[in-house]
Amino acid sequence: MSGVEVRTGRRVVGSELARHDAIEKVRGRTVYAADFSLPGMLHARLKRSDYAHARLVRVDTEPAASIDGVIAVYTAADIPQNTVWVDVPGQTMEVGALKARSNVLADGVVRYHGEPIALVAAETEDAALAAIDAIDVEYEPLPVLDDPERALEPGAPQIHESGNLLAHWELEEGDVETALAGADAVVEDTYRTQFIDHAYLEPEAGVAWRDTDGVITIRAATQVVEHFRDVAKILELPDNKVRLITPYVGGGFGGKEDMTVEPYLGVVAALTGRPVRMVWSRQESLLARQNRHAVRMRYRTGADAAGRLVAMDIDILSDGGAYALLSALVLLYSTTCAGGPYRCPNVRIRARTVYTNHTPCSAMRGFGGMQVVVAYEGQMDRLAAELGIDPLDLRRRNFVDSGDTLPIGQPLETAVELPALIDAVAERLGPVPEPSAPRRAVGRGYACNLQPYGRCIWLNDWSSAWIGFELDGTLVIRIAVPDIGGGQASSLIQIAAEVLGVPPERITIHIGDSALNPLTGTTTATRQLYMSGNAVLKAAQELRANLAPVAAELLEVDEDRVEFTADGVRERDGERAVAFPALLAACASVNVPWHVLATHRAPKGVPWQADESWRGQVFPDFTYGCHAADVEVDLESGQTRVLRYVAAHDVGQTINPQSVEGQIEGGVAMGLGYALSERLVFEEALNLTGSFAQYLIPTAVEVPAIEPVILESGEGVGPFNARGIGEPPIGPPAPAIAAAIADATGVRLTELPFTPERVAAAVGAPGEEESDAEG
Amino acid sequence: MIVEFTLNGSPQRCDVPAHWTLLRMLRDSALRTDAKHGCGEGVCGACAVLVDGIAMNSCSVLAPQVEGASVETVGGLARGEELHPLQAEMVARGGVQCGFCTPGMVISAIEAVRIGAAGSEAEIRHSLAGNLCRCTGYGKIVSAVGAYRDGESPEAPRADAPERESEGAIGAEPSPGVGMGP
Repeated sequence: MSGVEVRTGRRVVGSELARHDAIEKVRGRTVYAADFSLPGMLHARLKRSDYAHARLVRVDTEPAASIDGVIAVYTAADIPQNTVWVDVPGQTMEVGALKARSNVLADGVVRYHGEPIALVAAETEDAALAAIDAIDVEYEPLPVLDDPERALEPGAPQIHESGNLLAHWELEEGDVETALAGADAVVEDTYRTQFIDHAYLEPEAGVAWRDTDGVITIRAATQVVEHFRDVAKILELPDNKVRLITPYVGGGFGGKEDMTVEPYLGVVAALTGRPVRMVWSRQESLLARQNRHAVRMRYRTGADAAGRLVAMDIDILSDGGAYALLSALVLLYSTTCAGGPYRCPNVRIRARTVYTNHTPCSAMRGFGGMQVVVAYEGQMDRLAAELGIDPLDLRRRNFVDSGDTLPIGQPLETAVELPALIDAVAERLGPVPEPSAPRRAVGRGYACNLQPYGRCIWLNDWSSAWIGFELDGTLVIRIAVPDIGGGQASSLIQIAAEVLGVPPERITIHIGDSALNPLTGTTTATRQLYMSGNAVLKAAQELRANLAPVAAELLEVDEDRVEFTADGVRERDGERAVAFPALLAACASVNVPWHVLATHRAPKGVPWQADESWRGQVFPDFTYGCHAADVEVDLESGQTRVLRYVAAHDVGQTINPQSVEGQIEGGVAMGLGYALSERLVFEEALNLTGSFAQYLIPTAVEVPAIEPVILESGEGVGPFNARGIGEPPIGPPAPAIAAAIADATGVRLTELPFTPERVAAAVGAPGEEESDAEG
Repeated sequence: MIVEFTLNGSPQRCDVPAHWTLLRMLRDSALRTDAKHGCGEGVCGACAVLVDGIAMNSCSVLAPQVEGASVETVGGLARGEELHPLQAEMVARGGVQCGFCTPGMVISAIEAVRIGAAGSEAEIRHSLAGNLCRCTGYGKIVSAVGAYRDGESPEAPRADAPERESEGAIGAEPSPGVGMGP
């Protein structure tokens, strides 16, 4: 808890402040990664694999190197350290068991379609493209593994020498079999979710140059400024010889958490000494950047006649694709959240993630905590039907509460306001609308969830921020936070303004630079407002504490009567006032600094061990939500239209209502795409989805007016008791839509996405056969 | 080849290969980065600009096609420090998050209001269906466009802009920035 005074009477926190970055963006002035250019820069491109699994017999770069304007063609042998050891990005602590290996450039074998084989740098974009085409690769095809179930069978093709089981988590609390045998109702089902892409509008991009003192400086779209260390290892340079700058990023959602262009930019800048730019095409972005895991979830859930859960038996199998990246951690999120926000005395969870030849899967908004919502909420609805209990009542009878412990050993320490969230949503919705035409059916569905915010506590997460006054009384914040569009930077301005009185328009924030700004950790895991917000809050409070005694002396009042205002300090309810410049001059005369570097450290915990008996706290806290959707299903075409969507979350305390609503509305829209239209299509592990004309993210027409409902319990662990809200809204949409379709048609779909073909087949529309509708 | 056109009201002369797109000419020759490359195939709308008042995906227009035309980008809308009324609504109502779709979104919305294709919320949504946004869920953008429309009286098509059905080299093509979902 931040221990900040009162929740009422705030000046800036909680107000509808227009974001400073929005003004620049709406004018087209923001210089994104691909907008930056340097005199004499080279253009870099990647030669990517045409095969999902093959041995590289020969990679002939000679025809490419001889093209006019081509400066360099690199293969694995040219990379100083070609192996990338993926641990947890941006952390000081290594989690050995999660370590995973991948390559900068394919070394002898390609394991997925689009894997980089060679790197080209040329004077022009056209020369680079010609060089890519001229590289002659001879492949020896290897057996392709595209089925995670098969991956663990004897005789399956082995993707890595270590075997196909990438990671697993297993636990059992209580006696599941006995409890299920004695249950009054048991429901069993298998739920399947698909691979999807982050599909941010800004493709991966950046520039790099060799700067003074040989510092390789990379300016790239990334969520993780700390990747400078990973690039340093690849270049075999000391960490302090690589600098990463991250400009405002055109969307991340986890897709810019693992490295994308960073290593290639670093290699070209270091090996050629020339500035370089690399921009991925949309096709490359869809083809070969990591995806969200496709997951198969088999659930058996039992309850007594009163609707109290007695047992859950959960088996999760996720397709991790060709390289491990963050799959083990994603699976840990699934394991922690697998039972949902429900009490259950007997729980068995077996969770496994395996290698296949699919595009590697890794982080995406929701990070393993969101696929399982489809399953645990599906089970709650099925149990309710089986027991003849209203689905919301069944949930109310089973919600966890503060003081409970999740099966993995995770204590819940803050308020769980799920009953209030359900009530708020139901009240907002009113009666279910009538169908608009014959052969159409309308239905309503609810879904609740919990989603952690902040990193695993045994990662010893920390965030630093620097705040200082300028001599004219303006304020500067320095913090290496990547702003990926969620208002990460502007919220920090609001927090500083709240404490120091300086109005937001007189504060400048310098973000995303690993060399000149204090490191504050990754913009991932819904941790940035929580962590960097707490760091800025601490810095602002310390700065205020530095200045207050000097101000009290100047004002000739007691320190507790000093008030910080827009222009300076004044006596509370009094006449005396001193402007900031005069206060700072006074500080200089008595050696009181007017800048502060502060670090916020997250709570620590018992490190996870590779041991099935391990139990403990995984996350600092959770955000809870309840969503509901009204849909209309066309019983002939199978088209599902979302009529209304209400999404309620307890955010603890709102810092900027507009940003909170923006996260909820955007998360829901992304969740609706997951539910209804988005999927990456593979055929024998070849990715067939190379264009936005094939990968259907929702447009303004498909998304209804989303109605956010914000509850403020004052119970979070972020600044001013805020909870994180970046990821939580993406979990409930898919199960809410599934429930609404079931309410409308009587058929519960269990395989995402709920395309018209699948819905039509399920409801037995004319001309549709019951089939495994892959189309 | 030389392409001469006006860019945000100023004469512009670019020497570019004939196969370059308008987007590439704007970014790599005119050095204006306020039209964004999101997909390169006319689906996402991030590169939309006004060509003689009509919103077009500049990645799907060849550079020579704008010879003699008036091209406007989002960067040309503000008057000094004063934002265009739609820009001001986008900021005030939270229609901007990562901002990458914003230039094209603003361009398409201005055209939609100008031609009277933003009368209702549903019409606004249809008019923006060719502009993808992954951050906002569209609601705040739609609200900003509605507020801007309410502040403008819907204009008749401008006398100096070609009719959509006319024979002009550009005007004859349907606007790819409007009404085309993926």
